[in-house]
Amino acid sequence: MRDAFAKQLYNLAKKDKDVMFITGDLGYGVFESFARDFPKQYLNVGVAEQNMTGIAVGLGLEGKKVFTYSIANFATFRCLEQIRNDAAYHNVNLTIVCSGGGFTYGPLGMSHHATEDIAVMRSIPNIKVVVPSTAWETYHATKKLVNLDGVSYLRIEKGGIKKPPFKNVKYKIGKSLIYKKGSDVSIVVAGGIIEECFAAAKELENINIKCQIISMHTINPLDEQAIIKAAKKTKVLITVEEHNCNGGLGGAIAEVIARNNIDCQFDMVAINNKFSSIVGDQKYLRKEYGLDSKFIVSKIKKILKK
Amino acid sequence: MKLKSENLASKIRMHTLQMTSLGNSSHIGSILSIVDIISVLYEDTLKIFPTNPKNKLRDRFILSKGHAGAAVYAALAEKKFFPISNLAKHCSNGSYLSGHVSHIKVPGVEFSTGSLGHGLSVSCGIALNGKLEKKKYRVFALLSDGECDEGSNWEAILFASHHKLDNLTVIIDYNKLQSLESTHQTLELEPFVQKWKSFGWNVIEVDGHNHRKIKIALGKNKISKNKPTCIIAHTTKGKGVSFMENNTLWHYRSPQGDEFLSARSELLKNTRT
Repeated sequence: MRDAFAKQLYNLAKKDKDVMFITGDLGYGVFESFARDFPKQYLNVGVAEQNMTGIAVGLGLEGKKVFTYSIANFATFRCLEQIRNDAAYHNVNLTIVCSGGGFTYGPLGMSHHATEDIAVMRSIPNIKVVVPSTAWETYHATKKLVNLDGVSYLRIEKGGIKKPPFKNVKYKIGKSLIYKKGSDVSIVVAGGIIEECFAAAKELENINIKCQIISMHTINPLDEQAIIKAAKKTKVLITVEEHNCNGGLGGAIAEVIARNNIDCQFDMVAINNKFSSIVGDQKYLRKEYGLDSKFIVSKIKKILKK
Repeated sequence: MKLKSENLASKIRMHTLQMTSLGNSSHIGSILSIVDIISVLYEDTLKIFPTNPKNKLRDRFILSKGHAGAAVYAALAEKKFFPISNLAKHCSNGSYLSGHVSHIKVPGVEFSTGSLGHGLSVSCGIALNGKLEKKKYRVFALLSDGECDEGSNWEAILFASHHKLDNLTVIIDYNKLQSLESTHQTLELEPFVQKWKSFGWNVIEVDGHNHRKIKIALGKNKISKNKPTCIIAHTTKGKGVSFMENNTLWHYRSPQGDEFLSARSELLKNTRT
């Protein structure tokens, strides 16, 4: 996903000199060509995220289309008030790009685990929250966001599927994508953890449980119609995210189901209100905190009493 | 003879006393502290376009100490950005004239603030854009002394000199009193001038109530090439109302009843002389 973002950013900057990229001293080995080819559009502000966001707002007020970039918690929590008061209230064109959603930086410890960012960012008015599930989505989301007014939060990881879910599909902010069709269970997911959903769906197929997998890559604004449709169709809906259980994707979808009085069985796969004090790679930590394909399978079996 | 900016200052003092009284709102001490600086800015220094507030040629002024927003509202009204009668709505139910300066539906306000330590970074961003695009506008940010406790400012202070933002001027309202106590008792800023200088800034000290001197300090001649400028304005909190001067009580207290009347008569007397 990070490479897809960097590639698209390069293309955008080449075509539009108002596109600016600001990093908080991160991105080693990823943005060198950008910095070399567009020196006037590249800025490393140093390890200073509050200032980074303020500078971005100042540039945004003057018409620049700005990206800020850092590791998730630094690009968001460290400068949250700058995001709320300066960027969102003034509705400047700013895309906050967080590298390392969830446990991407698993071995680096809890400071680098981004597990509450979605909840916090979606609580602020005027902010679009985009959590691509694949590299393909990241590539297209980056292009769409740059020309939208206001503030966006783009949460990316490393790796991810490069292909579109099916042929001739168009990516739209706020429009979910069905990656796999199925009639028994709806799995609604945001983030690279979609790969765990694919594995779970495959395993469930062996016992004749058919899952549809929906990438809810935009959490604000949420594709409410797709959620309602899926819940009505399968009667069982579970959400999967590499994020804490409070207020993230699962919380957002629970709100839609409750507000619309949808009769369905709902549950979420998310971190159970914990910090991770142990380290490990992304796969390992998913397993440790009950987010992996095995856990998804057991959860669905339990709901279906199979 | 009185300068035009001094006449404007007298009007702003009276407006803001009434506004904080009517709105039952705080910060009159902080407001009176910057009235002279604001008056020189709006009368003499800033390139402004009251009938077209967003004109791209304008100078950008950000009040980072947003709690003194009443002074900016009053200056904008006197400069005909909106009717003076609107000022009476300050801090009242349903009003857009909030206690901390806000740009929504208030023509002429460049940027909303209220939480301290935000304005300087944004000013740096605007100044950087000016450099990148070779624009002629200047950028001014007015900060309080207590606000310099905020670490975000020091990130911006490093940034501005690194990027040689000589189109940026910061003014510090150095009245040496913050919310509860003096800056000396709270968190020492001294040696303040040396701090800014050591960060690579062009530093000017000025009496923040002497209009002639403020005007000179804000002038283009005082800019130092390749360096941002910091004007440390020595001021008196509550300036112009004797019983409010140098008294932290008036950081929060709203002028009401006899106190309001007595402040008003003092301001009226000073206006005539």
